Amino acid sequence: MLTLARPSRNFARMSTSAISTRPPSRVASVLVWTLVAIAGAGALGFLALSRGEQVSAAWLLVAALCTYAIGYRFHSAFISARIFALDDARLTPAERLNDGRDFVPTNRWVVFGHHFAAIAGPGPLVGPTLAAQFGYLPGVLWIVVGVVLGGAVQDMVILCASIRRDGKSLGQMAKEEIGPVAGFTALVAVLGIMIVLIAVLALVVVNALKSSPWGTVTIGLTIPIAMLMGVYMRWLRPGRVLEATGIGIVLLVVALYAGRWVAEQPALAATFTLSGKTLALLVMAYGFAASVIPVWLLLAPRDYLSAFVKIGVVVALAIGILVALPPLQMPALTQFTDGTGPIFAGALFPFAFITIACGSISGFHALIASGTTPKLLERERDARFIGYGAMLMESFVAVMALIAACALTPGVYFAINAPAAALGPTVQTAAEAVAKWGFVVTPAELEQLAKQVGETSLLSRTGGAPSLAVGMAHLFSHSLGGSAAMALWYHFALMFEALFILTTLDAGTRVGRFMVQDLGRHLWEPFGRTGWMPAVFLSSAVIVAMWGHFLWQGVIDPLGGVNTLWPLFGISNQLLAAVALCVGTTIIVKMGKARHAWATLLPLAWLTLVTMSACLAKIFSAQPRLGFIAHAHMLQAARAAGTLPAGVKSAGDLARMVANDYLDAGVTAFFALSFVVVLADSAREWFAVISGAKAPRSTEVPFERRAAVAGD
Amino acid sequence: MRFFSRSLVARIASIGAVFRRIIGAPDYEGYLTHLAARHPEITPLSREAFARDALVRRYDRPGSRCC
Repeated sequence: MLTLARPSRNFARMSTSAISTRPPSRVASVLVWTLVAIAGAGALGFLALSRGEQVSAAWLLVAALCTYAIGYRFHSAFISARIFALDDARLTPAERLNDGRDFVPTNRWVVFGHHFAAIAGPGPLVGPTLAAQFGYLPGVLWIVVGVVLGGAVQDMVILCASIRRDGKSLGQMAKEEIGPVAGFTALVAVLGIMIVLIAVLALVVVNALKSSPWGTVTIGLTIPIAMLMGVYMRWLRPGRVLEATGIGIVLLVVALYAGRWVAEQPALAATFTLSGKTLALLVMAYGFAASVIPVWLLLAPRDYLSAFVKIGVVVALAIGILVALPPLQMPALTQFTDGTGPIFAGALFPFAFITIACGSISGFHALIASGTTPKLLERERDARFIGYGAMLMESFVAVMALIAACALTPGVYFAINAPAAALGPTVQTAAEAVAKWGFVVTPAELEQLAKQVGETSLLSRTGGAPSLAVGMAHLFSHSLGGSAAMALWYHFALMFEALFILTTLDAGTRVGRFMVQDLGRHLWEPFGRTGWMPAVFLSSAVIVAMWGHFLWQGVIDPLGGVNTLWPLFGISNQLLAAVALCVGTTIIVKMGKARHAWATLLPLAWLTLVTMSACLAKIFSAQPRLGFIAHAHMLQAARAAGTLPAGVKSAGDLARMVANDYLDAGVTAFFALSFVVVLADSAREWFAVISGAKAPRSTEVPFERRAAVAGD
Repeated sequence: MRFFSRSLVARIASIGAVFRRIIGAPDYEGYLTHLAARHPEITPLSREAFARDALVRRYDRPGSRCC
């Protein structure tokens, strides 16, 4: 509403870029936005109040799109005009520092695509799928409200702050705006978060490929495909990225069929039917190799392929959902909101808000928004479209993932996602367990579905990837190819997800290696030399060992590991977001705009509440299935009594699980303490400025006016 | 629009350039144009050297990839 009063200012930008050159009249504008608000509120209200009957996915789409439109039109305009006073006459870093390499003024649509491809990954696909255990309502509300008031605000504020500081990174800004303690804490926390992120994503891949020869062969083949592309771009046709990517995409389709062929040959299929432990070791070896071999050979080509595929999948998913408009089979709320759910432990508050991180608010985006993107913006006001807009798009991906999960019948959904300890070994025990939860699925249905998608079993394929793939296969085969194509679509979807994940995993391992080297440099200088092979090998081994430890712990966990690791990842990601919001708030306060700081303080307060409750619950809860320490005590009590709890194979495993529980509790406490340090340090700065003890002085690069150019 | 007044080949090339920049591939042509316009005295890197250098810098810091 704030901006309605001054339409001329807001439409100035639109009139230069949009097709329409005349601003609509004020009455028409008020009318249109009132209608959007009514439609959005109506759809949300309908979703919230409908009970017992099936709801069409269309309601969810309308609710999401209307909320996004309102948020973009009003809240992002507020941040753009009132907080940062973004000004197209001000030179951007891309223009002032243009070097033709890192700093390059780039068309806003291209930057949007680039930024979106960088922020979107497996996170918004997996989180909402897992959170569907509470029903569709908590997920959709948190995704659309959280993004509009939190996630998109964070991305945009950090992007604006970075643009005004020559593209400085989040760590640098934390150090300069808040203080050296906060800066160092943020740096170490980022490394910790990276380790947990890689471990949980690796676990998702391992769980998706376990005992699946088709999937294993297809995903395995993507590695030589990427290397072939690398060789092509290096020696055969240097720099011809698009040709190589085109070849890569064709080969991906070949790999899909090759996987099916292998799965149909009994002898070969047996060779590629791998256990979780073997796959975990292979993934670790892959991460290590990606970190030490030259980037042109594996990382870069895989990244190009993945970026293309990512955009393709998002478009395909959107088309699939729009064509099918499936009814949501999942109820609005399930009985698991009380914390008894089989997929992950913990009640609706705070764990729905932890499980869905990417899609609502994701701290990792602050690293991107203060990384490559601010060095590309052609005009300051593009920060609204790119910072706020691209995050809305990611949120929409999360909504689609939620729809795909909730379009499955709940019985099937829980049979795929619940751990083996809850379902038992056979389709019969699984059907009984699901019936106890109040949902219906027959053993025959489960067998039939597994056969349709070309797997021996779909039971307890935890991690969200297989159930999303089943959901997508349902949607696609509904519109294209019929049920005969189901198996191909399923493995197609699985391949895409694994491709995104491995791209994050290999790039993350390499970045982690540089961070380890950078920290280790202070202890022993030669360790920091990025070109010295012993240091490269040692630091890569250190980082792989760190995430590998969590991965291994997840693989041997009888509850499936995702159970423990995903909440840990959610907590760390949300805490990074809270750190980014601390930085953003400090910057806003120091600009002398403390009265507008509610825009970042509101999501910061919510995240503080959510993450601190979750940390306390994970560490201190008396329930063994929720609290790490209580779980360790339960295991120790079992050992003292001379018994082994269900699913634990040996006394050695039990001792390891106890140690891991304490480690997890320690890691959680470390994240929580890091955040408290940053928050306290920031709050000190805010009060110093607000009380007048310190002059509000912005550290922005001074205003420099662009010389008028024709066409502006 | 400028786009439609150009030849078909030029149009395909410009679409290709957009895709290359979206996926973050090194933009050698853009680099040459930039040097020619701003720093005509500098001898540009070869295509291979430019691509090598761009890749090294892309993967040495957090914030190039996300979850």
